[in-house]
Amino acid sequence: MSLFRTDDQTQFAESLGRTLAGFGDGAQRRRVRATPAGFAEEHWRALADLGVLGLLVDEAHGGTGGTMADVAVVMDAIGRHLWAGPYLATGVLGALVLAEAAPALRDATLPDLVAGRHRLAFALVEPQARYDLADVTTRARRDGAGWRLDGAKALVAYGEAANTLIVPARTGGGHTEAAGIGVFLVPAKAAGIERRGYGTIDGLRACDVTFEGVKLGAEAAVGDPGGGFDLLDRVVDWGTAALLPEAVGAMTYLYETTLAYLKTRKQFGATLGSFQALQHRMVDVFTQVEFARSMAGVGRLALDAAAAERRREVSAAKLYVDRAARHVAQESIQLHGGMGMTDELDVGHYAKRLTMIGLTFGDRGYHMARYRAARAA
Amino acid sequence: MDLVNDPALDAFRAEIRAFLRANLTDDIRRKVMEGGYLSREAHTRWHKVLQKQGWIAPAWPVEHGGCGWPLAKQYVFEQEFALAYAPRAVIFGVEMVGPLLIEYGSAAQKARYLPGILSGDEWWCQGFSEPGSGSDLASLACRAVRDGDHYMINGTKLWQTAATEADMMFGLFRTDSSGRKQQGITVLLVPMKSKGLSLRPITLLDGGQEVAQCFFDDVRVPVANRVGEENQGWGCAKFLLSIERLGIAEVARSSAMLNRLKGIVEQPDAHGRRLADDPEVANEIAEIEIDLMALEATEYCMLFDPAAGADLGAEASTLKLMGTQVQQRISAATMAAAGPYAQAMASGLDGDNASRIGPDFAEPATRGYFNLRKISIYGGSNEIQKNIVAKAVLGL
Ligand SMILES: Cc1cc2nc3c(=O)[nH]c(=O)nc-3n(C[C@H](O)[C@H](O)[C@H](O)COP(=O)(O)OP(=O)(O)OC[C@H]3O[C@@H](n4cnc5c(N)ncnc54)[C@H](O)[C@@H]3O)c2cc1C
Repeated sequence: MSLFRTDDQTQFAESLGRTLAGFGDGAQRRRVRATPAGFAEEHWRALADLGVLGLLVDEAHGGTGGTMADVAVVMDAIGRHLWAGPYLATGVLGALVLAEAAPALRDATLPDLVAGRHRLAFALVEPQARYDLADVTTRARRDGAGWRLDGAKALVAYGEAANTLIVPARTGGGHTEAAGIGVFLVPAKAAGIERRGYGTIDGLRACDVTFEGVKLGAEAAVGDPGGGFDLLDRVVDWGTAALLPEAVGAMTYLYETTLAYLKTRKQFGATLGSFQALQHRMVDVFTQVEFARSMAGVGRLALDAAAAERRREVSAAKLYVDRAARHVAQESIQLHGGMGMTDELDVGHYAKRLTMIGLTFGDRGYHMARYRAARAA
Repeated sequence: MDLVNDPALDAFRAEIRAFLRANLTDDIRRKVMEGGYLSREAHTRWHKVLQKQGWIAPAWPVEHGGCGWPLAKQYVFEQEFALAYAPRAVIFGVEMVGPLLIEYGSAAQKARYLPGILSGDEWWCQGFSEPGSGSDLASLACRAVRDGDHYMINGTKLWQTAATEADMMFGLFRTDSSGRKQQGITVLLVPMKSKGLSLRPITLLDGGQEVAQCFFDDVRVPVANRVGEENQGWGCAKFLLSIERLGIAEVARSSAMLNRLKGIVEQPDAHGRRLADDPEVANEIAEIEIDLMALEATEYCMLFDPAAGADLGAEASTLKLMGTQVQQRISAATMAAAGPYAQAMASGLDGDNASRIGPDFAEPATRGYFNLRKISIYGGSNEIQKNIVAKAVLGL
């Protein structure tokens, strides 16, 4: 893998960009987001037709056996066009987890996933856990040959639209111990599951999920049901590394849009861009975006490294990109003046998405601590 | 840190506290604490309580129905109200229109408008900014043309806070374009129900609709509604800036928000852990607290330095700069305290606790973070404040 795009990836980015642009303007996006699903089925199909869902799936299961560099192209385009839908949990995390699932489940599900007929959602967050991956109180108990699941998860992105939920659950160990955690693939319509949906500030759909005596087959456990923490940790790192190019894409949009605004908006008889104070501010924004872009690449390359290095570098990249994203989001609003405060302009929508990426899969405090711990390891 | 060192004021402070304990209801207090929108009904309810106490207009002279308090007393008053999460005065009336009319208004205008401000029955909005005139306010183009004993207004104003609820607008209008742009501006008081005046509410990125655009299509306003002389409105606008002293730094409101954040991070979670024990969180709060101490001390120096003149100089702009930064930083830390729940928006703008997802404070905290981006934009953006300091203080 490299920091640079191949010619194929550049072409792929262009066709993705055209497709996403074809989904309509901001007004259309708002209409789609206001629907109960929060995304449009036909857009999902269009993306599936472009092959985005099979990038991380091997050819034997209908995918293209690509890499996270290909996923980064998709996430960057998603960020630029502010598309929202169940891509991350399906095409990235779902593909990753299913590849390690029981062969029968894997073989039955992956081709459907690639074709856009099977969606996953990542039920990671627990109400009390903040960002601590080991803080898992949802329990999976042995039940005959299978499992019985009880507990609650929160903020499951596109959980209502999912066929399968990826659920970390405790099979042993204490509250916040890494040992005793398993990763389960749970049919979303199984008896005993309730989902309560709501919107998020950045225009996504999410839901709270409760599990009450949910019966699962033996195949639901992915890998070692008591030793799944490493898998979970890896999956979250992949998710994190995938969010970074989304952030870079969104930052790029804000940079371009704000720059264009400074070149046209006039006050005091001159364009805003002619004021040197604002020129410097815009140079800072540009710098932040470019540096964040490289750092997103570092986060992606780190996925191939050994666990300690991966953890350290993914956290480093997340910290860096989040800080840049916060800066670019704030500056874009500020430099647009009152217009930046409106719901009408897309600037605020991008700013909200960027801010929330900063609070997904760990905020600054979490990744600082994780970075230091990984460095010391 | 106790900067006010005056036993007489201690007694006053105690009196305010007792009053607030007895009169400030929980629904209102909570709304203020969460930075939510207070309905006109709730606001008016509170206003009437204050009116009965005679505490509506601390800075106005007694003969106009104000308290006529010296600055130090106003300072303590604002501090105690903020720390108790009491609402501010109804927007614009007490703080801007009153002083404006007391300084420039005719006797008839004072008699007509001051009582409505004091009673809280008449609400005002500020018609200054326009689509083409924000930072460069003096370039404003909304025209008022003299037509006998009326002015005829055509054009548009943008960003009027509370316009949809207001009964009256105090606005700046273009009455002459022949000379310097500052010279042809006139202050007019415009009834919001005027024929030809229409509004377009604007949704902001937190989902609220606190501002609107106002369109004037042959709106007729009596000449009697002109404040001061024709073409002398810029002086009024500058006067309004110069009287903005208390509150520009928002020290006490920020202290109250920080107190609340401290309370939030001290709550143990399901496993007994407290965010306050997280070094990142603890450092951030400590640093904000220190910034706030510096702000409080500097504001105090600027307000009460016996060696300085009565008017705050352009240095006061630094108070707004640092004050907005502190407020925005507190709002960011409060949003961060919500953790992943900062994202959930389940209850809507006027949502109650029951329909919220996660901790009660989470949803308003996130809305507040985005809403407070406005404070470095309006009232003279932070960039404009820096331009003022550079020019008027540093002589650059
Ligand atoms: C929530 C909200 C409430 C408001 N309420 C009211 C109200 O009640 N009544 C009212 O009349 N107005 C109100 N305003 C308008 C507010 O005063 C203006 O938004 C503000 O003056 C900025 O003007 P603008 O939006 O046109 O931005 P612009 O003036 O276009 O500025 C855009 C950006 O350029 C910067 N900039 C501009 N000129 C310079 C320069 N020379 N040097 C460096 N930087 C510069 C600005 O600081 C800003 O960052 C409100 C605004 C908001 C957001």
